[in-house]
Amino acid sequence: MDIIVCLKQVVDPELPARDFAIDPATRRQVREGRPLVLSTYDENALEVALQMKDHQGAKVTALTIAPQATVGDTVRLALAMGADEAVVIDDPRSPELSGPARARMLAAVIRKIGRYDLVLTGCESADLVERLIAPLLAEELGAACVTFVARIDAADGPLVVRRQADEGYHVVEARLPAVLSVTSDEANRPRLPKVKDIVTAKRKPVQIWTPGDLGSMADDGGVEVRDVAIPQRTGKCEFLTGDPAQQAEALALRLRELKLL
Amino acid sequence: MPGILVVAATAEGALSRSSLELVGGARALDASLGSGVSAALLGHGLGSTGAAEALHQHGVATVYRVDHPALTAGQSDAYLAAAEQVARTAKPDVVLVGADTVGREVAPRLAHRLAGALVTECTELAVEGGAVVVRRQAYGGRALATLVVRGRPAVLSVKPRSLDAPEPAPVAGSVVDVDAQIDPNALPTRVREVLREKSEVGLEDAQVVVSGGRGLGGPDGFKMIEELAAMLGGAVGSSRPPADAGWVPISWQIGQTGKTVRPALYVAVGISGATQHVAGMAGSRTIVAINRDPEAPIFGVAHLGLVGDYREIIPPLIARIKELKAR
Ligand SMILES: Cc1cc2nc3c(=O)[nH]c(=O)nc-3n(C[C@H](O)[C@H](O)[C@H](O)COP(=O)(O)OP(=O)(O)OC[C@H]3O[C@@H](n4cnc5c(N)ncnc54)[C@H](O)[C@@H]3O)c2cc1C
Ligand SMILES: Cc1cc2nc3c(=O)[nH]c(=O)nc-3n(C[C@H](O)[C@H](O)[C@H](O)COP(=O)(O)OP(=O)(O)OC[C@H]3O[C@@H](n4cnc5c(N)ncnc54)[C@H](O)[C@@H]3O)c2cc1C
Repeated sequence: MDIIVCLKQVVDPELPARDFAIDPATRRQVREGRPLVLSTYDENALEVALQMKDHQGAKVTALTIAPQATVGDTVRLALAMGADEAVVIDDPRSPELSGPARARMLAAVIRKIGRYDLVLTGCESADLVERLIAPLLAEELGAACVTFVARIDAADGPLVVRRQADEGYHVVEARLPAVLSVTSDEANRPRLPKVKDIVTAKRKPVQIWTPGDLGSMADDGGVEVRDVAIPQRTGKCEFLTGDPAQQAEALALRLRELKLL
Repeated sequence: MPGILVVAATAEGALSRSSLELVGGARALDASLGSGVSAALLGHGLGSTGAAEALHQHGVATVYRVDHPALTAGQSDAYLAAAEQVARTAKPDVVLVGADTVGREVAPRLAHRLAGALVTECTELAVEGGAVVVRRQAYGGRALATLVVRGRPAVLSVKPRSLDAPEPAPVAGSVVDVDAQIDPNALPTRVREVLREKSEVGLEDAQVVVSGGRGLGGPDGFKMIEELAAMLGGAVGSSRPPADAGWVPISWQIGQTGKTVRPALYVAVGISGATQHVAGMAGSRTIVAINRDPEAPIFGVAHLGLVGDYREIIPPLIARIKELKAR
C-alpha cells in the first residue's frame, strides 16, 4: 500500500489572541516571529497512515507545499514520527494560493510521485478551515472521496472507514485509490517520536521540487479576499457575586426573569 | 433560467431545517439579483414528504426533483451526481449547498465539475454593488473574512444554523422531475451502515444547551451537567477535550470542528472560551459562563458570569430551579 499524506504548516492555532494579527497588504495572518506547527488534524492523518504501515505494511510519503525556508520542522517531525520520505514543493507564494489552485498543485505532485493507493489530508486546516482540499483532490485525481474519517475499520479487502457524521458515524466502503480527510479520534492520537527516530529521520530522503517542475498552474479561483477583520468583542459580562449558593440563587432568578424557566 | 439553485434534502421525512435556511439565504440574495430561486430536491420516496410543497410555501417556484433509490443517508456520490445533473439543466449563477456531512463532500466537487467558483462554510450571504459577497470565519474564529465571488456558477456551502429559516411566502410552483442517471454499482463509495450515537437528538435545535469542558475533570462531571440540562429542558454539549477523551460522544462537540448552536440559553461550564469553541456558540441569545478562573476568555463573550467551582454552584442551582419550577 502506498500512502501519501498532505501536511500543511500553520501558525500555532492556540497562540494567545494578542499574538494574532492580519497583514493588511496580503490579508493573511502574519507568520513572522510566530511558531509554526503542523496543522492539527494533519498529525492525525499521519498517525492513521503510520498505523497502517505498522499493521499491514505501507510506504508513507509526506507531502507539503510551503516556502522551503520555513518548512524544516514540519518535515523533520513527519519523518521522525515514521514517514519513509518527504516531498516539499518550495513555493514562496503558497500561503496565498486559492483552494482550487492548491488542490491542483497537490494533484500534479501526486501524479508525479506516481504510485498511490491512498491520499490522506486533515479534515480541515487549523487556520482557514475550508474543508475543500480533499474533495477537490479526489476530483483532480479521479479518486473516491470520504471526509471526516475517524478511523479505518478494514483495509485488507475493500477499504472500510468510519466517517464522523451529524448523527454519529457512517460506515463507508470506498474504492481505491481514495482521498480521505481525517478527523481526530481516540484511536489516532499522534505518536511522539523517540530520540532514536529523530536521529534516523535525518537520513531519510527529502525531495525538493519547485512549482516549475509541475508545469504551469493558473490561479483563477474566481474568489477575491476583500477583507479579513478581527471582530472586537464588546465584553459586557455581568458577574453574579456572593458565595456559591447566592450566585446560584441569583442565576436562577435571572433565568426566570428571562423567561427561560 | 439562470438564478439561484438551492440543493435541498429531507430529514426525518420532511424538508430539512438546513434546506429551509438555504432558501432564506437564496431569497435574500434574490431580492437584489432578481433572477429567481429554484431548488434541487434530492432523495428517495419524496412524494410522501411534502418537501416540494414546503419549498413552494417558502417562495421557491421551480422544484427540480430527483427521486432515486440511491439517494439515501450519507450517499455523497449519489447526491453529487444528482445535483450535477440538475445544475446542468437549471444553469444557475449561484448554487447553495448546506455544509453538513454530505454537503461538505458535494459542494467542492460540484464546483469542480461545473468549473465554478467555490467558497465553503459561509455564514453570511449578500449582494453588494451587484456582486455576490460572502462572509466566513477564519483563523479558528479569530477573524471574519469577506470574499467577493466573481466566478460563475458560484458554489457556496453554508454552515448549518448560521442563517435564519425564512417566513412562509407561498408561490404557485411547479415540480420538474429530473431523470437521474445514477448507477449505484458504479459509485466509488457506499454507505454500509449508519451508527447513531447516544446523541442529544436536536442539539442544534435545542432552545437550551448546557455544555461542559475539560474543567469538569472527567465523565462523572457530566452527570451533573446532564441533570442541569434536563431541569432546563435542554440538551448537553461539550468542548473538544471531553469529546476527544471519550467522556462524551463526539457528536456533542460544539465549535469550529463540531456543531454550531444558537439557543436562547447557552451555559458553558468549565470551558475556557477558546476561539475555536466560541465559533460554535457565539450566536446564542443569552450566554452564562461558570468558571473558576475570573480571567477565562469565556467571560468575554458571556452575558452572565459566575466565578467559582462548578461542583459548588451547580447543585444549589439545580435545587433552586426545581423550587422555582414547582411553584
Ligand atoms: C480568510 C481567507 C478565506 C479564504 N476563503 C477561500 C474560499 O472560500 N475559497 C477559496 O477558493 N479560497 C479561499 N481562500 C484562499 C485560501 O488561501 C485557500 O483556499 C486555501 O489554500 C485553502 O486551504 P485550506 O488549507 O484552508 O484547506 P482545507 O481544505 O481546510 O485543508 C485541509 C487539508 O489539506 C491539506 N493541505 C492544505 N494546504 C496544504 C499545503 N500547503 N501542503 C500540503 N497539504 C495541504 C492538509 O492536509 C490540510 O489539513 C481564502 C483565504 C483567506 C485568507
Ligand atoms: C483546528 C482546531 C479545531 C478545534 N475545534 C474545536 C471545537 O470544535 N470545539 C472546541 O471546543 N474546541 C476546539 N478546539 C480546541 C480549542 O482550541 C481549545 O483547546 C478547547 O476549546 C479547550 O477546551 P476547554 O475549554 O474545555 O478546556 P480548557 O481550555 O482546558 O479550559 C478548562 C476551563 O475549566 C475551568 N475549570 C477547571 N476546573 C474548574 C472547576 N472545578 N469549576 C469551574 N471551572 C473550572 C478552567 O478555569 C478553564 O478555564 C480546536 C482546536 C484546533 C486547533
